[in-house]
Amino acid sequence: MSTAAVTDKRASSLRGASLPTWTPWAIAAGSIALGIGISAAAGLHSSIQWALIAGLLFVLGTYGIAARVEGRRQARDRVATSFVWVAFVVAVVPLVSLIWVTVARGVKVLDLYFLTHSMGVVADTEPGGGIYHAIIGSLEQVGLATVIGAPIGVLTAIYLVEYGRGRLAKAVTFFVDVMTGIPSIVAGLFILSLMLIFKMEPFGFAGSLALAILMMPVVVRSTEEMLKLVPNELREASLALGVPKWRTILKVVLPTSIGGITTGVMLAVARIAGETAPVLLLVFGNPFINNNPFEGAQASLPLYIYQQFANSAGSGAAYDRAWAASLTLIAFVMILNLVARGIARWKAPKTGR
Amino acid sequence: MAKRIDVSGLTAYYGSHKAIEDISMTVEPRSVTAFIGPSGCGKSTFLRTLNRMHEVTPGGRVEGKVLLDDEDLYGTGIDPVAVRREVGMVFQRPNPFPTMSIFDNVAAGLRLNGNYKKSELNDVVEKSLKGANLWNEVKDRLNKPGSGLSGGQQQRLCIARAIAVEPKVLLMDEPCSALDPISTLAIEDLIGELKERFTIVIVTHNMQQAARVSDRTAFFNLAAVGQPGRLIEIDDTERIFSNPSVQATEDYISGRFG
Repeated sequence: MSTAAVTDKRASSLRGASLPTWTPWAIAAGSIALGIGISAAAGLHSSIQWALIAGLLFVLGTYGIAARVEGRRQARDRVATSFVWVAFVVAVVPLVSLIWVTVARGVKVLDLYFLTHSMGVVADTEPGGGIYHAIIGSLEQVGLATVIGAPIGVLTAIYLVEYGRGRLAKAVTFFVDVMTGIPSIVAGLFILSLMLIFKMEPFGFAGSLALAILMMPVVVRSTEEMLKLVPNELREASLALGVPKWRTILKVVLPTSIGGITTGVMLAVARIAGETAPVLLLVFGNPFINNNPFEGAQASLPLYIYQQFANSAGSGAAYDRAWAASLTLIAFVMILNLVARGIARWKAPKTGR
Repeated sequence: MAKRIDVSGLTAYYGSHKAIEDISMTVEPRSVTAFIGPSGCGKSTFLRTLNRMHEVTPGGRVEGKVLLDDEDLYGTGIDPVAVRREVGMVFQRPNPFPTMSIFDNVAAGLRLNGNYKKSELNDVVEKSLKGANLWNEVKDRLNKPGSGLSGGQQQRLCIARAIAVEPKVLLMDEPCSALDPISTLAIEDLIGELKERFTIVIVTHNMQQAARVSDRTAFFNLAAVGQPGRLIEIDDTERIFSNPSVQATEDYISGRFG
């Protein structure tokens, strides 16, 4: 036993051998190189196979090296860490590549002209035209769906959390759960069956109704969770001041949770903004600008994207327009999310001094 | 403006569980009454029956009478909201409204009840904060959030909030148990001042505190776990702590409990 404990790692039972901090990077680089090498030797052509082999080598390599140098417990710790990293990369790669492809292809025709003109006089196979009619349609349909779906959803959640007791509340919860699982095409068919009964032509508001059906359960669920987060002590403090229950909910519970509720509503809006199926059935699509959601067929962004792909017989101009419309849709949803985050931060309970 | 409370034959339930049984006592106006007793003996439950907060808990119900001066709080046609305006409450953990500033917290009772004059609001807030001995510490930052205050200040803010609506009775449920000794002292001093204007009932686990602040003390106990809590005795504080008439009280106070 040496007394020069600083240099001799075995001298202290509290001090163990440890790998340098750059080890994970070195192992990652090594396993990627090795993965590509093995794949090339075995004649594998898919880059997904290469990546899987590299990922596997990374996890196994980390364990092997760490177990030799640092011991079993540290090795297990490093393996868990490397699993988390591999999972993270697996999750991020498709996201980043999706945005990359959409942006790269979408910017080709995306300009002010594209945003302010319709497809009225342009055949689907020709270049030119724009998405103004689809933006108008999307905004109106999603806006009307939100006006219907968000208040009903929030009020239902308030009922479930603040008032709901017994069978009715259980039934409501059950049906909300069932509604969460309704495929969008079924919601569309439901409204379509009503339209057929009353012999109506496709129009924007019918799409809004179907979208509202899809939106409501999402709003109920998220709002419910947010309301449950409000401490009971705040409700009791307010009640003990002689404030009626409805005012307590309105002035104490809702303001405390408004940030989270807004986020939930915005996410629900983002979800329905990309729905194609019910719009296809109920709004039908229209290359001309139709500002009236209550009469006549309208367009919408997801429907526009679908129709540009489907109806253009492989025309490059139509594909470009579809990508540009996709980029617009993603940007729209992203802006909504940013707004939601902004509101959540602005309205969050204050902790500052 | 302080009012007398007369309780007779009060039994409270949580669903089918009987939490307290057959409690009768009188709380004198302009005095401090302390409730002591082991955990789970129903002190807080009893306190919450005095302003009808007990029924806010799912399954909570009450039998018996609580007379505020001469009116039965559990009589027919009595509005629990109106009762709570007469009988204010301060909770164990400070719970200022997190979305509101210090000013808004104190004004909350008036604002949320809707019946106030704008010109009065500033005066009421200042008076309440002074009444809670908090004015000097917060007068320069009334627009800052209440959650930025220290625990002791938050609790005094909650007291200011409770007295801003001018209740007749103030119930305090272990108001100092989350506070340090200095904040506790501040609140005990405050209780001494407030009893000039209000009837005060305080639940406490700290027997020195009960001895320091209260005029009368009630001792609660339960026969066994799962049994309902009962009032063992209520008497002048001095007598309870020197020469109680029931052996169980003396055992509890002197630490020979159980």
